Amino acid sequence: MNVTTHPEIAEFDALSGPAGQTRGRALQAVFWVLLIGFVLVAPFMLYPVFVMQLLCFALFACAFNLLIGFTGLLSFGHAAFFGGAAYITGYALTAWGVPPIPGILLGAVFSAALGYVVGALAIRRQGIYFAMITLALAQIVYFFALQLPFTGGENGLQGIPRGHLLGFIDLNQTLNMYYFVAAVFMVGFLIIYRIIHSPFGQVLQAIRENEPRALSLGYNTDRYKLMAFVLSATLAGVAGSTKSIVFQFASLTDAHWQMSGEVILMTLLGGLGTIFGPVVGAFIVVALQQFLSGIGSWVQVVIGATFIACVLLFRRGVVGELARWLKVDSL
Amino acid sequence: MDPLVRLILAQGMLGLNNGVFYAMLSLGLAIIFGLLNVVNFAHGALYMTGAFVALILYSYFGIWIGMSWLHIGFWPALVLAPIIVGCFGMLMERFMLRWLYGLDPIYSLLLTFGVTLVLQGLFINFFNASGTPYPGQPESLRGVVNLGFMMFPKYRLFVIVFSIVVCLAVWFVIERTRIGAMLRAGTENPDLVKAFGINVPRMITLTFGFGSGLAGLAGVLAAPIYSVSPLMGADLIIIIFAVVVIGGMGSIMGAVATGIALGLIEGVTKVFYAPAANTVIFFLMVVVLLVRPAGLFGRTR
Repeated sequence: MNVTTHPEIAEFDALSGPAGQTRGRALQAVFWVLLIGFVLVAPFMLYPVFVMQLLCFALFACAFNLLIGFTGLLSFGHAAFFGGAAYITGYALTAWGVPPIPGILLGAVFSAALGYVVGALAIRRQGIYFAMITLALAQIVYFFALQLPFTGGENGLQGIPRGHLLGFIDLNQTLNMYYFVAAVFMVGFLIIYRIIHSPFGQVLQAIRENEPRALSLGYNTDRYKLMAFVLSATLAGVAGSTKSIVFQFASLTDAHWQMSGEVILMTLLGGLGTIFGPVVGAFIVVALQQFLSGIGSWVQVVIGATFIACVLLFRRGVVGELARWLKVDSL
Repeated sequence: MDPLVRLILAQGMLGLNNGVFYAMLSLGLAIIFGLLNVVNFAHGALYMTGAFVALILYSYFGIWIGMSWLHIGFWPALVLAPIIVGCFGMLMERFMLRWLYGLDPIYSLLLTFGVTLVLQGLFINFFNASGTPYPGQPESLRGVVNLGFMMFPKYRLFVIVFSIVVCLAVWFVIERTRIGAMLRAGTENPDLVKAFGINVPRMITLTFGFGSGLAGLAGVLAAPIYSVSPLMGADLIIIIFAVVVIGGMGSIMGAVATGIALGLIEGVTKVFYAPAANTVIFFLMVVVLLVRPAGLFGRTR
């Protein structure tokens, strides 16, 4: 029972002949150009704050994908890292006057430590229990965010100062802020890309495909899973910290289980285990929320229905379907 | 009587009251998981739906059909709501979950999560998000009973007794009757049971409906106590997940006992350190994971 099967993902192996690999590399290059081009010019075409929100969520989804897409672990508690780091960074900037970059690093350290604790507990159980445990542990973080004296209770932390980057770049200027967020996103994305393509990443994918076999090959799978969990949590924290600086607030919404659900939807919609999928998925979900914000709580119905449709009809996600259609792997 | 003891007993009774809800919900979750290997995230939303069905039957149904004097009360609701919620569950199983068998169980968790969002969103749109009180509490169960250490609402006492009876009845059906035997056999080896000429897909649908109906029943029972709100099931389902991790989903009695015990512990925690009351179950889960990773009554799967 503890052999997880992802037929959708495994199928790619059969698709990629040598021709498929060449085509895959070419297509990947196209995606890279599109992504970098978009990140550079987007603030001139779209509302910059919207794009910044998009990039923060894209990084969050990519970090999440490292865990579900490449290690096969479904965490239902990633909002704890995203929201927790947002609170820590927000507090450090507001109360201690810490500059933005050390503030984000503090958030990342916090979420790494939290990720270590949550991960170490959750990997004691397999499969579906893993999801339930992460959800329950994230709820502890939520209640802490609600009840601790420094978090501002229901209001959250408001009026977080953006500060100056390296002491002289004023982040209150929208474009400065934008390119800072873009840089954080690109660095995070490259780190994830590196992890996936490293020998370590290959072991993670082996665990996803067949954990007992990876174990029998002599890999300490628990240690690899824990490592992946900590990395994913850390990067999710970076995304949350950056978001708290962009929007100048950290709120309970960031730490709520519904946020954990949203990041799952982004990743699933874009394509589990694809490189660019979570970015596409984050784009769709954030745009959908922005576009539908006029209809109030119907948004939740639409999000839920998208979830259902995705799981029933569309399990490979947008990028996954595209990759399959073009017969390439690793997009 | 010593005031502290009195306080502990009083909070213990309120905790027991929550505990029977935990027990009934984790029982339904465990039955569904046992046969279908599906963790039903929508269980909390079905509980909420049950409460809303009771509210609608009392306050709105009469108006809808043009007979505003008609209030369908608590006792009919206690029968009707579980049936309605159960039917909804069966439709969900038949037309959605069925397509996901054989895939990784996380997909069915995600599907039921989507159903949760849809149900919550719909009820938020049509009803007050912050909650509506249920006016249909039966006349016969109003007032309080003197328990010696506190005055306890008669209705809550009824809920405790009734829920425990329901849990025992479910246990009896599953462990001691022929239908239960088929169900348990289906859990162990569905192919073999099929070979004996039992319609396993229909059994699965009925089981899902039954588990959902239990959630709906808990919802009706909860309606007069808590206000009926679209979000009443949302936080509850996470607690239920923790209960299930602690107890393990392998045993019916395990689920029931764990639910009741955790409700009691939560209640008593309120006496000593109130802010910890809503996290104590999660911390207990951590302890159980460290000491007995498979859960108190569980076998690892």
